[in-house]
Amino acid sequence: MMALDTVDVKRRARVILIDGGHRVRAHLNTLGIHIGDWLTVVERAPFRGPVLVEVNGSRLALGRGIASKIKVEIEGSIESLSTPSREAEAEQR
Amino acid sequence: MKFVLAGQPNSGKSTIFNSVAGYRSATANFPGSSVSFTITRALILGREVEVVDLPGIYSLTSSREVAGEAESYLLDEDYDLIINVMDASRLGRSLELTLQLLELERPMIVALNMMDEAVRSGIEVDAEDLAQELGVPVVPTVGRRGSGLRDLFRGALRQAHCGEASRSLELDRKVEEAVGRVRELLAESEFENTVPPRFVAEKLIERDPHFERHVYSARPDLEAQVLGVAEGLQEVHGWSSDQVVSGSRHAVAHRIEEKVVTMHPPRVGWREWADRLLLHPLTGGPLMVLILGALFWFVFRVGQRLEVPLLAITDRLALALAAQFPPDTFVGAIAGGALTGVAGGVALVLPYLVPFLIGLAVLEDTGYLPRMAYILDNFMHRIGLHGKSVLPLILGYGCSVPAIMSTRILESRRDRRITAVLASFIPCSARTIVIFGLVAAYMGPVWALFIYLFNLILVVILGNVLARTMKGASPGLILEIPEIRLPHPKTMVAKTWLTLKEFITIAWPLLVASSVVLGLLEWAHAANAVNGLLSPLTVTILGLPAAVGMTLIFGILRKELTLVMLVQALGTTQLNTLMTNGQMLTFTLFVVFYVPCVATIAVMGRELGWKDTAWVTAFSILVAVVVGVAGRLGYALFV
Repeated sequence: MMALDTVDVKRRARVILIDGGHRVRAHLNTLGIHIGDWLTVVERAPFRGPVLVEVNGSRLALGRGIASKIKVEIEGSIESLSTPSREAEAEQR
Repeated sequence: MKFVLAGQPNSGKSTIFNSVAGYRSATANFPGSSVSFTITRALILGREVEVVDLPGIYSLTSSREVAGEAESYLLDEDYDLIINVMDASRLGRSLELTLQLLELERPMIVALNMMDEAVRSGIEVDAEDLAQELGVPVVPTVGRRGSGLRDLFRGALRQAHCGEASRSLELDRKVEEAVGRVRELLAESEFENTVPPRFVAEKLIERDPHFERHVYSARPDLEAQVLGVAEGLQEVHGWSSDQVVSGSRHAVAHRIEEKVVTMHPPRVGWREWADRLLLHPLTGGPLMVLILGALFWFVFRVGQRLEVPLLAITDRLALALAAQFPPDTFVGAIAGGALTGVAGGVALVLPYLVPFLIGLAVLEDTGYLPRMAYILDNFMHRIGLHGKSVLPLILGYGCSVPAIMSTRILESRRDRRITAVLASFIPCSARTIVIFGLVAAYMGPVWALFIYLFNLILVVILGNVLARTMKGASPGLILEIPEIRLPHPKTMVAKTWLTLKEFITIAWPLLVASSVVLGLLEWAHAANAVNGLLSPLTVTILGLPAAVGMTLIFGILRKELTLVMLVQALGTTQLNTLMTNGQMLTFTLFVVFYVPCVATIAVMGRELGWKDTAWVTAFSILVAVVVGVAGRLGYALFV
């Protein structure tokens, strides 16, 4: 488990915990970030700037403060052995 | 008959609205571009229909106690049909709002909008399957090109006519059980509401503060019982009840999406490449400076090309008029004043206003503004705000009124207050005209650039001070970055015209009337009395000609007036013959900072309250005096 703001560019990660109050969580939910969703880090602004992620077809800019509250697991890491791989998911579609 | 356009931010509601209303509702490519609703009457297939364009909402669950404008409209107002505008390229997320709208049990039709963007991202949506799933008609549309809109409104009329209300879709079994139990509780206590009981029950389980206050203040005994049900739900899932409900809605939306969408590989086009460059850590910043620099250069070059020949014509006219009616006669004073007002609009204001509005429209419609918010987030944190505040501040360069209204997109009250105050200090297009028409025209573009930078530095300092003194949490940046678009020439023209029309119908008559009044005051030698009264400020402190006193009074009405009045007060368009460079710089600096115009004061009073507004107004005079003196001394010492 790691915070979203530490994930490298172009890595896919899955949200496992949103460490924030009702409002932050509700706001993220409405923008399409839910627990269990896969997202891709598209770009990271320098000097602790925001993180740009792609999730469910839309792109969101998340400030580092918010990003650090989103805990994720990286695709291919030991924790996510139980989750279906990207190829398998694509096949399902 | 009344139709309501509802949908998520940036799904194209205003674009569809404008297709029936003419260009009435300003559109832009960023979420939250409409902050209040617009109503129009339109003739659709021979029937008169009222169409309401609501601001975008992500969900009907409010996180605030006070429901937003769109939510309360949908919940409480009387209307015949909801047109739910969905962004086909973000179907899953759009569906989550659709599911909630269905629960309102009103007649509804879905506009499956932005089909072109969906196709580009490799998303193929089967509209018929979707209609089957949702139980309401679905019409594919591309609002920007106007395709499908005829079918949409035809379908809307039919649907509103037969009046069949939408039905809620079933969520997770446990959620449904909980909703059922709360419904029973509501029925037992005979709670009445305009909203369907199922909807109220669901909101109470979601712990929506707006509904909790509303229901529990009427039926306090319900609170403990409903909370018991919510806790039961929480125990089953291990998540909080709001997450369980939104999670189950997400699951239903996802299931529908899987059913109706066929995925193809997305096309990586120029948009993707443009974004890579625009948002890249190394190229993003320099490109932003380049883009803003190009905008500045464009406004200056176009403005100057037009201003010089236009001024020559109006000067010749003024000379001819003065020969016919000498300015010291009564008729001459009126005619001269009127001509200055008309000519000032044509020769001084429009040459800079038109290119500026076009440039701003391009920034708004391409979707570059949210990208600036991304790039500048870091910088805004230094001020004590976050990237989203960039949007109101940039809009402030257009006009302070929409800028202050757009602070509503910010989540926290603290951020809204600080940003609104800062936005009022940003030089709006009216002040831009003074900067360009006086400083850039006579002293060169570098000096105009200097004023902008100087203003920006002051805004940053002011922001820092405000952020340190005002308490409250800032949630940080959460902003959707929409797909980048080429600006559409038709929209550009319509949008520029919308703002220009406001100048022509409101500001210009004011300009002419004020010029005539000033001309008459001069003729009656009354202007000197006012100028004399203000001379301690204008002459002693700022070192300006006494005649500028009146122009500053008129400037409170509209800032452009200061420049046109200056021409009238000094009696020439060749301002540099009567004012030194240092005086022009001082005057412009003072005008940029002193007292927001009446329209801004009015909107600030509404958004921030009159106490804050009075404080800001008083403070702005202080800043203007300090800045004016600094300009005067600085120019005298260093240049």
